[in-house]
Amino acid sequence: MIVQALAFYLFAAIMVASAVMVISSRNPVHSVLFLILAFFNAAGLFVLLGAEFLAMILVVVYVGAVAVLFLFVVMMLDVNIAELRHGFLQYLPIGALIGLILLVELGMVAGAWVISPGAGAAAHLPIPPPDQVTNTAALGHVLYDHYVYLFQSAGLILLVAMVGAIVLTLRQREGVRRQSIARQISRRRDEAIEVKDVTSGSGV
Amino acid sequence: MEIGLAHYLTVAAILFTLGIFGIFLNRKNVIIILMSIELMLLAVNINLVAFSTFLNDLVGQVFAMFILTVAAAEAAIGLAILVVYFRNRGSIAVEDINMMKG
Repeated sequence: MIVQALAFYLFAAIMVASAVMVISSRNPVHSVLFLILAFFNAAGLFVLLGAEFLAMILVVVYVGAVAVLFLFVVMMLDVNIAELRHGFLQYLPIGALIGLILLVELGMVAGAWVISPGAGAAAHLPIPPPDQVTNTAALGHVLYDHYVYLFQSAGLILLVAMVGAIVLTLRQREGVRRQSIARQISRRRDEAIEVKDVTSGSGV
Repeated sequence: MEIGLAHYLTVAAILFTLGIFGIFLNRKNVIIILMSIELMLLAVNINLVAFSTFLNDLVGQVFAMFILTVAAAEAAIGLAILVVYFRNRGSIAVEDINMMKG
């Protein structure tokens, strides 16, 4: 139990510290790298909570895809960082004030709130004991039995996002020579070559 | 030293507040704003999974997965818009985004 508590405090502390670095780091590349660290530690917290599948998904999807996407975009855009940092301290007081108010509000909600006694027993889909059914299998059962339409629409959302991202970023530049396979294979012999009748001794 | 629901909720609250703070702090840099949104969504996910575990209900983890999906789609579309915008205007400062005069 003490190991679990120590692991929790370690993961939570590193996650919060790297979140602070994400928003305060001077270089956007460092921000992305600290975001990856925060995601890894959140995955650790998920493992502590017994949600192994979500922890692995977090590592694969967020660290493997989203954070790398961020990294690519940050490196691709040639932005003037110093100019973007201008006015950083100007917004610090108002941002700190709003953040503090929000934190106090959340703390008040968490302090004045109790779970109703029957809430745990009235679980819609209780978690099966982990030594009989693994977390992944249990999640799969719930997902495919009860939430199959939501699952399919999540897939549709990803498809639409993919098509949208491609449509937004694809561009046809003028003056770039590209291979057009349709034009190549629809070429006929009579338009490709020309037979000339050359009289001897005069040349073409 | 029992780690309870309140501990996880506190961490998630701190993370969410940091996300909001990041949006205010980096008013000009859209990339950092998108990262702050990711942090806030991560905080929401921690909340959902913590409640799912401590109330012994698997539905929270299912919905955390859907939030993950939507967050990935949002990041992809947001970054695509950012790339197109930078290509057209040569800048990603938030104050320059005023073509629609909103």
